[in-house]
Amino acid sequence: MEATRMTVTVRVNGREYTRAVEPRLLLVHFLRDELGLTGTHIGCDTSQCGACTVLLNGEAVKSCTVLAVQADGAEVTTIEGLGDLSHLHPVQEGFWEKHGLQCGFCTPGVIMTAAGMLAQNPNPTEEEIREGLEGVICRCTGYQNIVRAVQYAAEKMKGAGAETEVAAAGADASAGGDA
Amino acid sequence: MIPSAFAYERVQTVEQAVRALQANPGAKLLAGGHSLIPLMKMRLATPTRLVDISGIRELRGVWKKDDRLVIGALTTHREIATDRVVRTHLPALAEAASRVGDLQVRNRGTIGGNLAHADPSSDLPAVALAFDAVFDVLGPEGMQTVPIDGYFLGPLVTALPENSVITAVSLKLPPSGTRSTYVKYPHPASGYAVVGVAAAARVEPDGVIDFVRVAVTGAGDVPYRAQAVEDALLGQHVSDDLIREAAAHAADDGSISGDLFASEAYRRHLCSVYVERALRKVLSRG
Repeated sequence: MEATRMTVTVRVNGREYTRAVEPRLLLVHFLRDELGLTGTHIGCDTSQCGACTVLLNGEAVKSCTVLAVQADGAEVTTIEGLGDLSHLHPVQEGFWEKHGLQCGFCTPGVIMTAAGMLAQNPNPTEEEIREGLEGVICRCTGYQNIVRAVQYAAEKMKGAGAETEVAAAGADASAGGDA
Repeated sequence: MIPSAFAYERVQTVEQAVRALQANPGAKLLAGGHSLIPLMKMRLATPTRLVDISGIRELRGVWKKDDRLVIGALTTHREIATDRVVRTHLPALAEAASRVGDLQVRNRGTIGGNLAHADPSSDLPAVALAFDAVFDVLGPEGMQTVPIDGYFLGPLVTALPENSVITAVSLKLPPSGTRSTYVKYPHPASGYAVVGVAAAARVEPDGVIDFVRVAVTGAGDVPYRAQAVEDALLGQHVSDDLIREAAAHAADDGSISGDLFASEAYRRHLCSVYVERALRKVLSRG
């Protein structure tokens, strides 16, 4: 069938972008190909690896499994908008301090997942952090240091006050414990 | 992977959604999209139009109504897993929702989408069966209810009427004092349930089981109520032997089959092991 383009307006990292896109365009391709924001990576392309994770209206989502048209009118944060070299986000700082990456390919998705997790649950236990990172895959097997990096960020954000209070509105469920 | 081309429209009301489905035979509903979009990317599904219902506000939320817990169809797994009412009144549902996929998937996936998709390895169907779920459905003929009994016709096939929209799912609250749980052996790669068991039971002060529900997902061609297990337990005195003997019937009511990951015999074995674990959680005293 013929693809009719649709106009979408998405606020990405605080800046509004309007583009005419095919409905089948995935959000990850919109970010990378239309906006040139290549910090968001494509790993498996099958909703498993989490390398493409971004924040959609503040929640961590896999952008390979969201259509750009679904994000029309929404707010998206990618790794480029989380922090910058002079003001690293606490999760980014944690990855730096705790050696949370090796090759770095999965890192943007892991950081965005962790940022989304901490917004929903600012005081996670180690088990909750590991459970929260279930949807990201690091093939360097750097998980130990990734967990430490997230713990570092949680501690750091606790000290930050105001930011933590906003996030506390959505305390998360404790991890399911079986098997 | 790129889905085949389709048209896209957002609707603001359930009535608009029903009309859009009627007007476009190749159309499909889009809620969270976390079952549908992966299928479309693999071109296992090629709808010609997506009707996005995710903006219909009244389809979100959880509330108690008489002896039922009503959950709006668009309520996400995360919202269910963290909802106070659910965690207080139906902990098995909160546990199952917290085990669906992963954090990102739970942020997007919805209970209505999950049960409409009817993946036989999905977690929520076990809970829906254990607590007599009823679907509120709007179709061309108006509102109707669809019971969970007989709902799962086959893998990905349900008894939902054509061109209809699930607006809510309600679960019957068990008698007070009932304990419930959901346990699961997840596939190590996909996280889907190789076997998942929802169980609920109440034990009278004299040790007699006066309420019990057991349902199994993952193991069979469709999720099922483990009636034989329930029959073996109801009215009996709780004991270790009783639990073990009842759990031996865990696969009796299912149509169990094997695949590359787990043979039929292994799946039957897992059914008993996980039903036994679930029963020990809800029947242990103290």
